Amino acid sequence: MTNDPYSKRSFIIGGAVALVVIIFIFRLFWLQIIDQSQKAKADSNALLRQVVYPSRGLIYDRNGELLVFNQPIYEVTLIMQEMRHGFDTVAFCRCLGIDSLEFEQRIAAVKDRRRNRGFSTYTPQIFMSQLSKSEIASLRETSYKFSGAGIRKRTLRGYSYPYAAHILGSVGEVSQADIDRDEYYQAGDYAGRDGLERTYEQRLRGTKGVEVIMRDSRGRIQGSYHDGAEDKEAITGTDLHLSLDIHLQELAEQLLQGKVGSVVAIEPATGEILALASSPTWNPEILVGKQRSAQYSRLLNDPSKPLLNRATQATYPPGSTFKTIQAVVCLQEGGINPYSKFPCSGPRSTPIKCTHNHGSPVDLLGAIEQSCNPYFWNAFHDMLQRDGFGDNNAIFRARYNLWRDDVMKFGLGSRFTNTDIGEQSPGKIPLEREYNRTYGEKGWKAITIRSLSIGQGEVLVTPLQLANQAATLANRGYYITPHLNTELTNNPNLRHETGMDDKWFALTAQGMHQVMTNGTGRWYNIDSLQMCGKTGTVQNPHGKDHAIFIGFAPMDAPKIAVAVVVENAGFGATWAAPIASLMMEQYLTDTITRKHIYNKMVNSVLTHPSSEKSDP
Amino acid sequence: MTRNNSIISGLDWWTIVLFLAIALFGWLNIYAAGYTFEQTSMFDFSNRAGKQFLWIGIACALGITVLFVEGRTYEVIAYLLYAFWILVLLVTPFLAHNTKGSMSWIDIGPLKFQPAELAKMITALALAKYMGRYDYRVRSWRDLLVPFALLALPAGIIMVWQQETGSALVFVSFLLMFYRFGMSGYVLSGGLSFALLFICSIRFGEVALPWGEGNVGILLCYLVLMAVVVGFVLLHEQDWKNALIIAGGVIGMYAIGLIINVWYTVNFNLISLIALLAALIYYTVVVIYRRHFSMLLVTLYIASALVFCEACTMVFNKVLQPHQRTRIEVLLGLKDDPTGAGYNVNQSLIAIGSGQFSGKGFLKGTQTKLRFVPEQDTDFIFCTVGEEWGFIGSAGLLIVYLIFIVRLIFIAERQRDNYSRIYAYCVAGIFFFHLTINVGMVLGLLPVIGIPLPFFSYGGSSMISFTLLLAVLLRLDAERLNKLH
Repeated sequence: MTNDPYSKRSFIIGGAVALVVIIFIFRLFWLQIIDQSQKAKADSNALLRQVVYPSRGLIYDRNGELLVFNQPIYEVTLIMQEMRHGFDTVAFCRCLGIDSLEFEQRIAAVKDRRRNRGFSTYTPQIFMSQLSKSEIASLRETSYKFSGAGIRKRTLRGYSYPYAAHILGSVGEVSQADIDRDEYYQAGDYAGRDGLERTYEQRLRGTKGVEVIMRDSRGRIQGSYHDGAEDKEAITGTDLHLSLDIHLQELAEQLLQGKVGSVVAIEPATGEILALASSPTWNPEILVGKQRSAQYSRLLNDPSKPLLNRATQATYPPGSTFKTIQAVVCLQEGGINPYSKFPCSGPRSTPIKCTHNHGSPVDLLGAIEQSCNPYFWNAFHDMLQRDGFGDNNAIFRARYNLWRDDVMKFGLGSRFTNTDIGEQSPGKIPLEREYNRTYGEKGWKAITIRSLSIGQGEVLVTPLQLANQAATLANRGYYITPHLNTELTNNPNLRHETGMDDKWFALTAQGMHQVMTNGTGRWYNIDSLQMCGKTGTVQNPHGKDHAIFIGFAPMDAPKIAVAVVVENAGFGATWAAPIASLMMEQYLTDTITRKHIYNKMVNSVLTHPSSEKSDP
Repeated sequence: MTRNNSIISGLDWWTIVLFLAIALFGWLNIYAAGYTFEQTSMFDFSNRAGKQFLWIGIACALGITVLFVEGRTYEVIAYLLYAFWILVLLVTPFLAHNTKGSMSWIDIGPLKFQPAELAKMITALALAKYMGRYDYRVRSWRDLLVPFALLALPAGIIMVWQQETGSALVFVSFLLMFYRFGMSGYVLSGGLSFALLFICSIRFGEVALPWGEGNVGILLCYLVLMAVVVGFVLLHEQDWKNALIIAGGVIGMYAIGLIINVWYTVNFNLISLIALLAALIYYTVVVIYRRHFSMLLVTLYIASALVFCEACTMVFNKVLQPHQRTRIEVLLGLKDDPTGAGYNVNQSLIAIGSGQFSGKGFLKGTQTKLRFVPEQDTDFIFCTVGEEWGFIGSAGLLIVYLIFIVRLIFIAERQRDNYSRIYAYCVAGIFFFHLTINVGMVLGLLPVIGIPLPFFSYGGSSMISFTLLLAVLLRLDAERLNKLH
């Protein structure tokens, strides 16, 4: 072969082969080294990151009693692919106690991709969930007969006592909003929905672990990835030790049976909440498991609003219990002195009549003891107008602001912060601005706002604030923000001083003691416990008056401060004082000696039957 | 005996070593692709790796047998074999069972065999015999009529009668041999440019220009044609000055268009057409003085290309069935449909990409192992290499194939007679075509056409056919020294 005119073309052909290989190598370089998205896609393709759920932290009361624990529940799963041949449907249904119609319906629901987006015939699908140990017992013994059927364990909350539902809250499936907000969650996860379960969700939930599993293109599990080197163990949630005394809580809820209202008890020296009850309430167990959503909507639609935590969210005028604050503030700001006396003409007094029958004139101690309205009107009047009005009413308005600031030092008029109490109402101590708006800057003076002197009118408080007020009086001038988690107790930021003179507190405490020995609370006194208290009857334009009581005991070294509100009950002395008295006795002596009072309170029904304690 | 000794000493051991290296590496990867995290023996004949080992053994035995057959034998029986095999191809669909719509597989005892695989070798032998005659020269297109018919007959039967498009397309690879022996390069480059025009007009046909008025697909087509004109002036006419003038003129027109576009919306497709026509007219005027009428050919080409572009768009939108359209769209990256028609390629890219620089290691790939990639040990076997051996391994394998094919071209060039050389170019072309189409498909650059990677993909039929194809070449090559005398 000579003179081949085309021999150069062998180089062109060789060059073309080289060019193709070079293009392929560039493409490989792009896919394998530059473009990292393929790697991520591969992982999501083949690696199944199976979540290992940690067990949720437990909740204990102040005496170490277990309140909330985890209980196992079981899910029955089916792998459709494996149950094709010889699956004995009849026997399977018998094991689970369902009929064949329900079986068909459940299978249809599992296969419905709109409702079950993760459906695959190769992976376990949940056929029935939230079954108890006894419900799956018969299947567990015979499960070998049903190929494709499996039993999976999860945990739900369990409760040792049917009490404290509002405080503890509940655990439920996370919403889409939770998932968007916190990447920790995935659909189907459980999280605290309300109460402490929600407040302490981060510590109770622990940390999910992960097991990296390989699966094939049909979703079948093929084993552990890298022999578990990339697995992460689940970290159990941290336990919670509450300041609550579950037996005191139990008593509070029992005493509130058949009534609408709240009981709050606080240890004054620490601000630890001993009991916080709101009625009507429910047994926390009903919001667990498969009945949760039905029960929750029942509670939601109940006209007596059991889901409302009245102890922290409902607001009432404090009524005569406000006179304890008035006494301290008016003494502090020079409206009165310990020797001041004012005359009382009983029902004929002006501008505010007195509802109690007592001698005249009365001094401070007598006025507290007898809950004398005219005394506190005069004290309030003198405090506000002591220095006259000044230009444009400026001096008066300054005195009002001084009064308001002092009152708020008792924890009224705003929410407690840095604490673990969920939903709170701020209550209300009216701003100067509000009166200016209504009456003009010059148009109002003490007489205009006279209702405030006896805790009526625009002032509003929550039962928790009332209990905290009682604790402040018990402490003779300071309070620790009420809280439930005992770890908060030593937090110095929670201590709040009123900055008012000890003497005035001592005098007020003396008056409150006289309430129990000689005054409006005398029917429910126990001398040995040195009880102090103040009753209140709050005018209610919508119905019967609310009964209110605040108190603490013993007087010299207070261990418990308590506030009670019973809606539409009538006199505070009749309905609130006995509850508070029993609470103090139970806490201080661990016994109830006055069974007749206990029985009367437990058995009295002051509400419409529909708003009784919700218990299935 | 001396004859056989000289055959053994004349064997091209380079090629044999490369062949064995590719086959054994392929066997390793078939084992990896079938490996399901449970240790099974690589020699267990009940699994695919074990079977492939068996196939390699059988293929080698058959190949060695072929080495003992005198090269002239093939030349003698080439036409007879060709005629017989045409008959086999025609009969095959009657004996075949339908495998994924293709009617090309027949059962011989326990074995499955695809006659189309061997048809390539037999056609190559027939072509070599026809074109290797001492008086044969490619002087005009008429001389290529018979060779075209020789390759078109089996290709047509396989495509139409057996419904096996992939195997039929392989016959295009013989064009490379035709080119080497005198077919005009314009046929190859013309075909290539039409393929490019087709892809441009469909792929970017719906994309509007980001500025001015116009369409990216059409603009790209014009740019390709412009490059053809400038290339022609530069390479064929060797007229550097006018090539520069034309290129400059075109760039100038675009620049003016862009400036005007600041105030008035300009249609850039129109500008491109005007530029193209201006270049053609200008150069036609220039060459008329030189009496070079080949310029008329270029004008003809441009005109037919413009018609072709329009026809592409129209056929695509009006003639093709929706599912055919989808296949083309997925291929060209117009449709992102990971679970539909593009699933295979998508999973293949994921597997390769996840291999990164050095790969996940032998038997450690997740994508291929967990069966995300379909056909993972046959047509998509290259994925396993990409995933487990990474860039290093897959680029390395490509370079081994490059050396192998270049070695075949080298062998072809050292032949003393046209018969052996033509056959050698056919073999090189077949391997080149298989490599290009298979790897191009796996890398998402070319359409999904199911043809195996030579010596690498699982399958006895292709393993044996490729080995025989190569063995005949080795025998012919070993005899070349004897032909001196």
